[in-house]
Amino acid sequence: MKHLSFLLLFLFSANNVLRAQADLEKQIQTQMILAEDGDVITLPAGKIELNSTLSLDGKNNITIRGSEQEKTILSFKKQTQGAEGMKITNGQNIVLEHFTIEDSKGDLIKTQTVNGLQFRDITARWTGEPQASNGSYALYPVQCRNVLIERCTAIGASDAGIYVGQSDSVWVTQCVAKNNVAGIEIENTTNAWVWKNKSFDNTGGILVFDLPDLLKKEGGHVKVYDNLIEHNNYKNFAPKGNIVGKVPPGTGVMILATNDVEVYRNNITDNKTASTAIVSYFISENPIKDTVYNPYPSRIYIHDNTYSEGKRMPDRKNKLGFIFWWKFGKKVPHILYDGIENPEWKDANGQIKPGYRICIGDNKNGTFANIRADKLGLFKGKISKDKTPYECAY
Amino acid sequence: MSVHIKLFGLIIAGIILLASTSAPDAAVKQKLSEYGFFSGDPKALQPADQVFAYEVNAPLFSDYAEKARFIYLPAGTKMTYRENGAFDFPDGTAIIKNFYYFTDAAHPDQGRRIIETRLLLKEPKGWKALAYIWNAEQTDALLEVAGATMPVSWNMASGKKQDLQYVVPNLNQCKGCHSYDGQFTPIGVSAKQLNMSLPEQENQLLALQKLGRLDLPASFDPLSAGHLTDYRKRENNLEQSARSYLDANCAHCHNPHGPASTSGMFLEVQEINPERLGIGKPPVAAGRGSGNLKYGIVPGKPSESILLYRMEHTDPGIRMPELGRQMVHEEGVALIKSWIKNM
Repeated sequence: MKHLSFLLLFLFSANNVLRAQADLEKQIQTQMILAEDGDVITLPAGKIELNSTLSLDGKNNITIRGSEQEKTILSFKKQTQGAEGMKITNGQNIVLEHFTIEDSKGDLIKTQTVNGLQFRDITARWTGEPQASNGSYALYPVQCRNVLIERCTAIGASDAGIYVGQSDSVWVTQCVAKNNVAGIEIENTTNAWVWKNKSFDNTGGILVFDLPDLLKKEGGHVKVYDNLIEHNNYKNFAPKGNIVGKVPPGTGVMILATNDVEVYRNNITDNKTASTAIVSYFISENPIKDTVYNPYPSRIYIHDNTYSEGKRMPDRKNKLGFIFWWKFGKKVPHILYDGIENPEWKDANGQIKPGYRICIGDNKNGTFANIRADKLGLFKGKISKDKTPYECAY
Repeated sequence: MSVHIKLFGLIIAGIILLASTSAPDAAVKQKLSEYGFFSGDPKALQPADQVFAYEVNAPLFSDYAEKARFIYLPAGTKMTYRENGAFDFPDGTAIIKNFYYFTDAAHPDQGRRIIETRLLLKEPKGWKALAYIWNAEQTDALLEVAGATMPVSWNMASGKKQDLQYVVPNLNQCKGCHSYDGQFTPIGVSAKQLNMSLPEQENQLLALQKLGRLDLPASFDPLSAGHLTDYRKRENNLEQSARSYLDANCAHCHNPHGPASTSGMFLEVQEINPERLGIGKPPVAAGRGSGNLKYGIVPGKPSESILLYRMEHTDPGIRMPELGRQMVHEEGVALIKSWIKNM
C-alpha cells in the first residue's frame, strides 16, 4: 500500500512538473507581452523547459533577470515553435542578465532594432558535441545601437558565438567564446570595440567582416585588443553556403573587406593555419553582384600582438588552409595578407594612398607574408615576405 | 517534497500574475461576442452592421486553414486607398480574420470548426493585435494573449486524414510579421490583394467604393492598377503566380522595411533586382537553414535553391516562414519548384 501511494505521488508530481513548466513558460511570455516601462522580469532559479520563442517587442527600459548565470537555465531542447530562444525587437534600453539559455533550434538570443542593449553574465550554449544542426548564433544583436556584451559565454554555435551584425556602437568585453565556428564576429558593424575576451577552441577566434548584399553596407572603426585568442583549431562545422564555412580551422583573427580595423596587444597563440589574416572578399570566391559594395580591406593596423611559435601546420582540408600549406609548408607566417588591392586607391606611383594602407607594426614573433593572390590567383601568386611596404602606423 | 511545494507556489504565483496583469483595456474585450461583429448564430459568421467581407487574390498559407475575412469600420467612416502597402484606416477599425477547418475539405457542406479569430484594432496610437480562441461548442471565443496550441484534425481535399497541433500566435508573434519599420501594420488589406473581380460581380474595390467604405482616387482604373495573381489557379501565368505566392507568403518580412531586412533578400512582387530576389545570392545568417546550399535561388535548379529547401522543411530552425507554418504547403512548393526550374 505504501508503495502504491509512492507511485501515485510520483505520477501526480510528474504530471505537475510538466504543467508547471508550461504554466511558467506562459507566465514569462505573458509578462514579456504586458511589461511596462521600467519593469524587471525575473526568471526563477532552476531549469525551465520551453516550447516556444520568448519574445519582447516594442518595449523600453525592461530588464530580464535570472537568479544567477548558471542557476537559471532556459532550455529549448524541446522547442517546436519559433526558431530563436529569445527574441527582442524594436525597443530601447533592454537589459538581459544572469541566466543561461541553451539548445534552441535557431539562434539563442536575437535582438533586432534595439537602441541600448546590455547582455550581462549570460551563458548561451548548445550542449553536447558541436554540430552543424546547432543554431547559427548564440548572442545575435542585429541592426542595433549602443550594445554592451559583457561577461557572457557562448558555446557551440554553428556560425558565430557572439555575432554582432549591421549594428553601431558596440562593446564586447570579458566574454568567453569556445567551440563555435567563429568565436566572436563583428559584421557590417561600425564603432565596435572588442577587448579582454577569451576566444579559444573555435574554428576562428575573432572575425571582422564586411559582406555584400546587406542594407548596412559598410562596417569599420573596429578595435580588437587585449584579447586571448588561443588554439582556434576546431573543425569547421558550419553548414555550407554560409560565409564562415570558408574560414579555415586554425584562424586566430580574420579581417575581411573592412575599413579601419586596429588589432593590438592581443595574445594570439597556437592557431595553426592563420594567426591573423587580412583578406578581400575575393578570397571567398563568391560572385559579387552588389555594385556599391567595397570588397577590399583598408586602413588596417596590426601591432603589439604576441604570437606563439607553436604548431603552424595549416589545415589542408580547407581550401585556404591548403593554399597556405602549398605555399608555406609547416611554417605558415603569423600575419597573412592576400595582397589584392583596389586600383582606385593607388597614387600615380602605384602606391596605396596613406589612408587606405595596410600597416603592420611591431608584433612579438609576428612573421608576415603577402600571398600575392592578386597576380596569378590563389595558387600561383609568388609570395612576398617583405614587410617594408606595410611599415606604417595609424 | 520541497520541490513540489515550490512548484505549487510557482503555479499560484503564475495564476496571480495572470490575473493581476491582465487589467482590462477599455477597447479590449475578453469575449469576441462583446464586439458585436457578427449577428445571429456566432459560428455562422454573419456580418453585423458596418461589417463587410472581403477577399484576397493570393492568400497566406496557414497550415491549410480556411479563412473568413471581414472589416468593421465605424459608421460613416471609410478606408483610404493607397497604391502600395496597406490602406489607411480610421481609428476604431477592426480587421477580422477567422481561421477554420472543414471537417472534410472535399465536402465543405459537412461542416467546419472555427479555431480562432484574429483582430487588428486601429487605435489612435496605432494597431493592436488580439487573438480569440473559439470554444468547442462554437458559441463564442475568448481572448488569449500568450498564444496556445490546439489539436485539430480534418480530412484534406485529397482524402487524407490530417492531425495538427494548430498554433495560435501570441501578440509578439503577430508583430513578427505585421511590422513595417518596427511599427505594427496590417498586411493583406492592400490594393494588390483586393483588386479583383468577384464571381459574377464587379471589381471588389469599386464595389467597396459604391458601398461608401473605400475612398478611391478618381483616376483609379482596376485594369491598370497592380494586383496579385491567384496562384491556386493552374491556368494562371507561372511567373505571376510564383511572384504573387512569394509576395503573399514571404514579402511581409522580406522587404527592406520588414523584420527580414537583415537578410538582403526581398520578395515583393515589384522587386526586379535579381540579386535581391535571391538569384545567385549567398545567404547571410541562414545557418543550417541553408541546407548546405550556396544560393537563395539557382535558376533551373530548384534542388540547389535555399528558398525551396526552407519551404520544404518543417524544422523550426530551417523552415520559412518561421511562424504560422508547421506543415509543408505541397501546392506552394510545387509552384515555386516549377518556377525556378523554368527560369
